[in-house]
Amino acid sequence: MMKTLIGRALRGFSAAAIVAMPLTAIANLVSASAASAAEKIVISNWDGYMPKDLLANFTKETGIEAEMSVHATNEEIMGKVTANGGQGYDVLFVSSPFAEALHKLDLIAPIDAAKVPNLANLYAQAKELPYDPGNSFSVPYTWGTTGLCYRSDLVKTEPTSWMDLLQPSADLKGKITMLATDRWLMAAGLKALGYSVNDTNEADVAKAKELLISAKKNLLAYDDTTFYSKLVSGEASLVQAWDGWCNYGITDNKAIKFVVPKEGSDMWVDTMVVTAASEHKDAALAFINYILKADVHESVAELTLYKVPNEKAMAGLDKTLVDTYPNLGMAPADLVKQEQLRDLGKEMKLYSKTVTEITASN
Amino acid sequence: MVLSRRAVMLAPGLGWLALLLVIPCGIIFVHSFFERGIYGGIDYVFTLENYRRAIDPLYLRIFLASVRIALTATAIALLLGYPAAYFIALQAKRRQMPLLILIMLPFWSNYLIRTYAWIVLLNREGLINRGLIDLGVIDTPLSLLYNDFAVITGLVYGYVPFMILALYSSISKLGPDLREASTDLGAGAWRTFLRITLPLTLPGIAAGCIFVFVLSIGNFVTPDLLGGKQRAMLGNLIYGQFLTARDWPFGAALAFILIAIMMLLLSAQAWLVNREREIAP
Amino acid sequence: MRADPVKTWLTAHLGLVYLFLYGPIVVLVVLSFNASGLPTAWTGFSTDWYAKLIQNEAILASVRNSLIVAFSSTAISTVIGTLLAMGLEEGRPSGALEALVTAPMIIPDIVLAIALLSFYTLLHMTLGLHSIILSHAVFNIAFVCTVVRTRFKHFDRSIIEASIDLGAGEFTTFRRVTLPVIAPGVIAAALLSFTLSIDEFIIAYFTAGAGRASTTFPMQIYSMIRFGVTPEINAAATIVMGVSFMLVFLSQRLSREVE
Repeated sequence: MMKTLIGRALRGFSAAAIVAMPLTAIANLVSASAASAAEKIVISNWDGYMPKDLLANFTKETGIEAEMSVHATNEEIMGKVTANGGQGYDVLFVSSPFAEALHKLDLIAPIDAAKVPNLANLYAQAKELPYDPGNSFSVPYTWGTTGLCYRSDLVKTEPTSWMDLLQPSADLKGKITMLATDRWLMAAGLKALGYSVNDTNEADVAKAKELLISAKKNLLAYDDTTFYSKLVSGEASLVQAWDGWCNYGITDNKAIKFVVPKEGSDMWVDTMVVTAASEHKDAALAFINYILKADVHESVAELTLYKVPNEKAMAGLDKTLVDTYPNLGMAPADLVKQEQLRDLGKEMKLYSKTVTEITASN
Repeated sequence: MVLSRRAVMLAPGLGWLALLLVIPCGIIFVHSFFERGIYGGIDYVFTLENYRRAIDPLYLRIFLASVRIALTATAIALLLGYPAAYFIALQAKRRQMPLLILIMLPFWSNYLIRTYAWIVLLNREGLINRGLIDLGVIDTPLSLLYNDFAVITGLVYGYVPFMILALYSSISKLGPDLREASTDLGAGAWRTFLRITLPLTLPGIAAGCIFVFVLSIGNFVTPDLLGGKQRAMLGNLIYGQFLTARDWPFGAALAFILIAIMMLLLSAQAWLVNREREIAP
Repeated sequence: MRADPVKTWLTAHLGLVYLFLYGPIVVLVVLSFNASGLPTAWTGFSTDWYAKLIQNEAILASVRNSLIVAFSSTAISTVIGTLLAMGLEEGRPSGALEALVTAPMIIPDIVLAIALLSFYTLLHMTLGLHSIILSHAVFNIAFVCTVVRTRFKHFDRSIIEASIDLGAGEFTTFRRVTLPVIAPGVIAAALLSFTLSIDEFIIAYFTAGAGRASTTFPMQIYSMIRFGVTPEINAAATIVMGVSFMLVFLSQRLSREVE
C-alpha cells in the first residue's frame, strides 16, 4: 500500500518535472528569439497605469517593440535597479524622489531633449520642477497633490485643515485612515504644524511625531492602497489620499469629495526615466516622446483620472470629466505652490526611525 | 563506503545551499559593517554603527511584540492542526492524499487575494458583522479588523496548512494499532495519547511549530493589510529598512541579529526535544 | 457499531478546519461572479470578469509562469531535500549542518531576494524563470528536508545496514526499505514546497528577468493592486487554484493508472 503511495507520488512529481522543464526552456527560447527580431525596449510600470493598447500603438507608429514589465511599488523597482544596475530595463516609471535618488546613484541616463521634441507640449511649470529643472534626467508622466478625501454625506463639517484629520471631531474617531508610506505620513504632521515636508530639524520632526502618535488612536487603519474603497463602503468617512485615487472613490460614490488642506500639502510627480544600463536609449526616448503626444497623454489622463503635466493633452480633456472629478481641473500654477518631496539623503535615517516609532507606538 | 554514500546524499543539498545561500547572504552580511551611502547605496567604510543603532529599546519592543504574536499564532495553529492531521492519518491510505490536497487547495490561489477576502469578511460593514447583526446576536459591529486579533487570524490561516503537513508526516508514521489505541474509548486512551503518541510525534510538532513561527515573524503583508499597519512587526521593519529607507547596511544588521536569535532559540528547542525523547519510554 | 465520540469529535473538528480554510475562498470565488466591481455589494451573477480575463494575456502568461516555477522548483527540491534529509539522519548530528539547513527558513525573504540578485549580477547571469526556480529551491530544500526528517526519528537504521549486508544494492535498499518509510513525508514535503513556491512574491520579483516572460502570477497581482482589486483578479485566483488542483490531481491519477 505504502509502495503504491510513494510510487504514485514520485511518478507524479517526476512527470510534472518532465513537463515543466521543457516548458521553461521553450519559454526562455521564445523570449530570446522575440528579442532578436526587432529593436525592443522593456518598460517597468504599474499594471493598469497605461492604456492597454498604448504599447501596441507605439509599435505600430515607430516599429519599435515594447514589452511591459510590472512593479508593485517604487521601493521594489528601486531596490532591484540598485542591486543589478537596471539591466534588462529601458524605461522606468517611478515617483520623483526615487528618480532623484536614481540620478544621484548614476543609475539613470540623461534625457537628450533633442530626441524628445514633444517636451514642448509640457506646461512651463513641468519643465522647471525643483528636483530636476529642465527635465535633465526625468520626464513627468502624471502629477498631483495629497489631501483629504471624504464622504460629504457622512461628515458633520467639511474638513479644511490637516488638524481635522489629526485631531478629529468625536463623530470621526475610528473612521479615519492615513497613508503609511514614510514621507506622506510625516508630511501630514509636518504640514499641520506649519513645517516643510522636507524639514529635517530634529525638534520639528519630534513635534510632528508626537502629533502623529496622538492621532493614531483615532485611526481605523493606515492604508496606502484601498482607502477609497473604505470610503465607498462607509467604513471610513475621512482619509488622507492622493488626489487621483480619491477620484476612484468618486467614480463609485458622488458624495466623495477632495480638498487640499489650508496649510498646504505636497506635490507628487510620477516620472519616466531611462536606465543608464539601457542598450536602446534612443528607442527609450522615442517611447517617452510618444507618451508626450497630446492625444496619447490625454488617454492616460482619461484612464488613470490623474492630472498629466501636458498642456495640449489637458486642453483636449473631456470637460465632463473635470465636472465629475473637480481636482482634475486644478491649475498647474496652484499645483506647484505645493511643496515637492525631495530625497533627504542622510536624513532618511531620521525619518525612517521616526516612522518606526510612530507605527510601533500603542 | 558508508561515508561516501552519505557524501553523495548530502552533496547536492549542501552544495545548493552553500552556493545560493551562504555566499550571497555572506555578501549582504558584509554590508552590515558598512555605511549607508547618502542616496541609498553603500559607502565602503568599516563601521559597527549599524549594530549600535540596532541595540535600541524601540527595536527590542518590536521584536518582543512580534515574538508574542508569532507564538500565539503558532500555538493556535498547533491546537487546530494536530487533531486535523491526526484524523487524516487515521483514514484509509487512499483517502489521505485527497484530504491533504483539499487542505492545501485554498493556498494555491494567491496570498494577497485571500487577505482581501478576509477584509471583506471581517470589516465593520463586512459579512460576519452584518450576519451577526441580522441574526440579532450583536447590536453594534465588532472590531474584528485592524488589530492583533485580525493579524493573528491571518497568520494562523496562512500557515496552519504547513503545520498540518508536518504533523501528518509525523503522525502517519505511527503504526495503525497505535493510532487506533489512542482513539478508541477506554480508560487508557488519554494516557496512551499523552505517554506514547504525543512524544512519538514530537518531531512533527517541532517542525510544524518552526514553520508557523518563522513564517509568521517574517510576514509583512498580513500586519499591513489586516493589522492596518498599526503594529510594527519585524518583517515590516526589515523590509522597510531595505526598501523604503534604502538602508541596506542597517537592514542587514537587523536581519542578522534576528537570524542569530532565532538560531539560538531553535537550538534550545532542538535540545529540549531531544531530551524529551530520551525521557519518553 | 457504536458511535465513537472521539472519532465524532475529530470529524467535527476537521469539518471546522475546512470551514475556516474555505471561508475566504468562498468569498473570493463568489466575488469573481459579482457583476459589480466593488466587493461591498452583490449586484447579480455575471461571468464577464472571466470573459475579460481570457483576453488578458498578461495575466494568463503569469499564471503559466507561476505553474512552471512551482512545479520545477518542487521537483528539484523534493529530490535534493529528501537526499539531504537522509544524509543528515545517517551521520552524527552536527550543529553547523543543522544551522545551514535551518537558515533558509529563518532568513527574511527580502534579504535572500537582494542577496541572490546581487550574486546573480556578480556572475553576469541572465535572469529569467530559471533564476526564480533556482532561488525558490533554496528555501524549498530546507522545508522539504525538515518535513522528511520527521519520518526518520525513531527509525531503526539497522534495517538498512542489514539489507545492504544481505546483498541488496544501494538503490534497491532505498526503494524497498527507506522509501516506504519516508513516503508520506516526501509527499507532504512536495505539497508544501509547491504551495510555498506558487505564492511567493518578493524573491521571485527580485530574481526575475525584466519583461513578461518571467512575470509570475503574484508579481502580476501585486502590481495590479495600485489600481484596485477588481473581480478580474478574483477570477484569475480562482483559475490558478483550479488549474493547480487539476495538475496535482492528474499527476496522482496518472501514476495510479500506470500501476
